[in-house]
Amino acid sequence: MEQAVALELNHISKYFGEVVANKDVDLTVYKGEILAVLGENGSGKTTLMNMISGIYFPDEGHIAVNGQPVVIRSPKDAFHYGIGMIHQHFKLVDVFTAGENVALGIKDKRYRLKEVNARVTEIAEKYGFRVDAKKKIYEMSVSEKQTVEIIKVLYRGAEILILDEPTAVLTPQETEKLFAVLRRMRDDGKSILIITHKLHEVLAISDRVAVLRKGEHVATIATAEANESILTEMMVGKKVSLNIDRSEPQNVCDRLVVSHIDCSDREGRKVLDDVSFTARSGEILGIAGIAGSGQRELLEAIAGLQHIDGGEITYFPPAKGENGEEEQGQSEKTKKADGKDAENAQEPQAINLRDKTPMEIRDLGVRLSFVPEDRLGMGLVGNMDIVDNMMLRSYRKGKSAFLDRKDPAHLADDIIRTLEVVTPSAHTPVRRLSGGNVQKVLVGREIAMTPTVLMAAYPVRGLDINSSFAIYNLLNKQKESGVAVIFVGEDLDVLIELCDRIMVIGDGRITGIVDGRTAKKEELGLLMTGNIPAQAEKEEAHDEN
Amino acid sequence: MNIISFIASAIRFSTVFLFGSTGETITEKSGHLNLGTPGIMCVGAAFGGWGGMIYVNAAAQINPFLAVFVPLLFTLLGSGLMGLLYSFLTVTLRANQNVTGLMITTFGVGLGKFIKANFGTEFDAAIGKLCGYFRASLPFADKLGWFGELFLSYGILVYLAIAVAIVASVCFSKTRMGLHLRAVGENPATADAAGVNVTGYRYTATIVGSAISGLGGLFYVFDYMGAWDSGLTSTEALGWLAVALVIFTMWKPWLGIFGSILFAALYLLPNYLDVTFAMRDIIKMLPYVVTVIVLVLTSMRKKRENQPPASLGLNYFREER
Repeated sequence: MEQAVALELNHISKYFGEVVANKDVDLTVYKGEILAVLGENGSGKTTLMNMISGIYFPDEGHIAVNGQPVVIRSPKDAFHYGIGMIHQHFKLVDVFTAGENVALGIKDKRYRLKEVNARVTEIAEKYGFRVDAKKKIYEMSVSEKQTVEIIKVLYRGAEILILDEPTAVLTPQETEKLFAVLRRMRDDGKSILIITHKLHEVLAISDRVAVLRKGEHVATIATAEANESILTEMMVGKKVSLNIDRSEPQNVCDRLVVSHIDCSDREGRKVLDDVSFTARSGEILGIAGIAGSGQRELLEAIAGLQHIDGGEITYFPPAKGENGEEEQGQSEKTKKADGKDAENAQEPQAINLRDKTPMEIRDLGVRLSFVPEDRLGMGLVGNMDIVDNMMLRSYRKGKSAFLDRKDPAHLADDIIRTLEVVTPSAHTPVRRLSGGNVQKVLVGREIAMTPTVLMAAYPVRGLDINSSFAIYNLLNKQKESGVAVIFVGEDLDVLIELCDRIMVIGDGRITGIVDGRTAKKEELGLLMTGNIPAQAEKEEAHDEN
Repeated sequence: MNIISFIASAIRFSTVFLFGSTGETITEKSGHLNLGTPGIMCVGAAFGGWGGMIYVNAAAQINPFLAVFVPLLFTLLGSGLMGLLYSFLTVTLRANQNVTGLMITTFGVGLGKFIKANFGTEFDAAIGKLCGYFRASLPFADKLGWFGELFLSYGILVYLAIAVAIVASVCFSKTRMGLHLRAVGENPATADAAGVNVTGYRYTATIVGSAISGLGGLFYVFDYMGAWDSGLTSTEALGWLAVALVIFTMWKPWLGIFGSILFAALYLLPNYLDVTFAMRDIIKMLPYVVTVIVLVLTSMRKKRENQPPASLGLNYFREER
C-alpha cells in the first residue's frame, strides 16, 4: 500500500532527570490513517505525543513532517506544521464560550468572534459534530467539551491530530459517535494518532497499532493482524492472564441499605436523586456511570462526608463470628474495634448512618473503609511517609499524650511486604511513590482496618496492568472474606468481569441494577446515558432483597 | 449639606480608587493577586513628587504641559518598576504571590518614606507649585452651574482615570489581547497550549496595571491634597480600599467608575455630616462592609462570570503537571 508519510519520528529520546521517558523511538504516520499508540500507564505514550505537539522538547532525535525535518519548540510551532493535540484533560477556559476558546491563540488579521463562530459551525457540520459556538464551556457535558477541543484543532487547519485517551470519559455510545467522526476525518486525508490503553478500542478504530513499553517502541503492526492477547503481550512484555476470578458470593446478607437519598451541591443542583440500593456482604457491587454522575457524592454520603437532604442510610452489623476475618485482627486497634463490635453483635441491630460524621460512624463500631478517587488529596497526605499515613487512621488510639508509632510502623512494613509496594523505605513521603504504589498503600491501610464495608472509587485509575490486577485480587479476597465491597469503576469490561451486581448511575439517579454475570456493555451504556429501559431488572433486584 | 458639591468632591476623590482598582484589575486578570497595590501607590506618589521636584528645579519657566507630564512619567516609571519587581519574583523566581504582594506594600511604603526623607521639604515646595496645573479644569466650567460643577470641574487625571477604566473594559471584552489576557488568568495551561505567551502577558499586565495603580498616588498628593502625605498612611489605607474595590466591582473596570464614586462618597460622608469623632470612623468603615456584602452576595449567586479569575494567586510553571 503506497501512502504518503505525514509524520516521521527518528530516534526520539527524552529524559526527566534520571528517569527515561522515551528511548530511541521510531514512528511513522501516514496520511489518511488512524494509528493507535498503545502502552501501559507510564510507558511514555503521552510524553512522546507531547514532544510532537511541542509541550516538551526531545533530548535526542528528529521529527519530520511531510518529509521535511522540523523543530517543534512550542505548541505554536506544532500548529504551524499542522499538528494538533487533544489532551486528556481538556485545555479549555471554563468561562469562555466555545467560540472564544477556539479563537484563543489564533492570530488572524482581525478579531471577529462572529466569523469564528460561523467557521466553528461549518466545521462541525462537515464532520458531523453538534456544537453551539455560543455556549459556555462550564455548561457543557464532557462529550461536548471534547467536541470543542477537536474543532479547536481542526480550526487551526491541523492535518495530524493526536488524541490522548479520548474515550476515557465517554459512554460507549458517545465513543461510537467519536469513532465515526474520526473515520470521516481519516477519509478526508487526515492522520490521526489515538493514545489508549483499551485494547478493544484499538481493534475497533485503528488501521495500525504502535506499541510502547517502558518508553521504548516495541513494534508497529497492522490492526488486522492483531488480537487482544498479542497486543497485551507486546505491551507488558510477557504473557498475562487477563481473567479475573469471580467466585460465587457466599453467605450473602444485607449490610448497608441506602434508601431514597437526595443530595444537592453548593449551587443547589441535585447531584443525587432518590438513590436506593443495598450492598451485601460477600459481594462486589459495581457502580458504573459517566464520570461526575454522582458517584463521588454517593460514596461520600455513605462515608459521612456529604450532607444528604433526604433518605436513610442503614447499616446492619454482622452477627458475631459471621465474618471470617475477625479472628485475624492484626493490631491492637482492630482488637479494640472488635471489642466494640462484639457489643453490637450480641444482637445485630440496624444502625442509622445518616448525618453522622466519619468519627461518629467509627465510634458506632461500623467498620467502613473508603478508598477515595483523589488518593493524594483525600486518601493520603503526600508529604508524610507511609507510617504517618497509617497513623491517620489510628492516631486517636491510646491514652498517652504521645503517639504510638510502633504499631503503625509494623502495619506499614506488613503492607509493603504483602502488597509488594516498591519504596525505598517506610519513611519515604508517599508523594514520591508511583501511582500504583500509592494506591497499594491506601488500599492496604483501608483493608487493614478489617472493614465490613469497603468502598473504592476508581482504585485502578492510572495503574499499570499488573498493579490493576493486584488490586482486583485484593477486592476479590475481601469479598470472599465476607466484606460488602462497593467498587466504582470506569472500564465497563472490568466491571462486567469483576462485579456480582452492577448498579448504573446516570445524572444522579440509579438507572438500573443488573447482574454482572449476564450484563452487556451496550445495555450498561444505554443506562449510563440516563435511559431507563431496565425497569424490570431494577424490580428484580428489589425482589431479591 | 450641599448635595452637588458633595457629589462633585466624591467624583474627584474617587479617582484615587479608580486608578488603583483599574490597575489592580488588569493585574488580577492575568492571574496575579498583587497585594502590593497600596505600596505601589505610595511609590507612585513619591516618584511623582520626585519628578515634580526635578522639573521645578530644572525649568526656568513652568510649562503647563510638562508640569503634569514629568511627574506623571516618573510615577509610571516608579510604579511600573514595582510591577516589574513583583512579576520577576512571582513569575521568574516563582515566589508566593501573597507574600510577594505584602512585601511590595511594606517595601513601597518604606521606599516612599525614604525618598521623602532625603528630599525633605523640596517635595512640598514642588507639589505646591505644580498642584495648580493638575487641578486646572476647563476655563468655562464654573460658568455652567451645577452641570459644570458635576462634570467639568475636575483636573485632567480625573478624566484620565475614567478613560483608562473604559479602555480597559473594552480591551477585556472586545479585543484579542483581552481574550488572551483573560485566558491567562483563568487557565494559563490552556492559554500556553494555545500558543499564548503566558509569561509575557503576566509581566506586561502586571507592569501596566501597577503603573496605572501608581497614578492613584500621584493624583492623591498632586491634585487632591496638593501636599505631601507625610506618613504615607492615608495613601496606603486608600490603596487597600482600591484592592477591595476590585472585588466589589467583580473585576469589571467600567463598574469601577461607579464603585469608586460610591466608595469615595462613603469615605467623605462624615465630613459633610455633623457627627461625633467615633461616628466618623465607623462611617469610614462602610466601604469595607459593602465589599463584604458584595462578596457574600456574589458567592451565594455563584455566577461563574462574576467570580475571580480561576487561577488568581496561582503561579504557573509549564513543566509541573
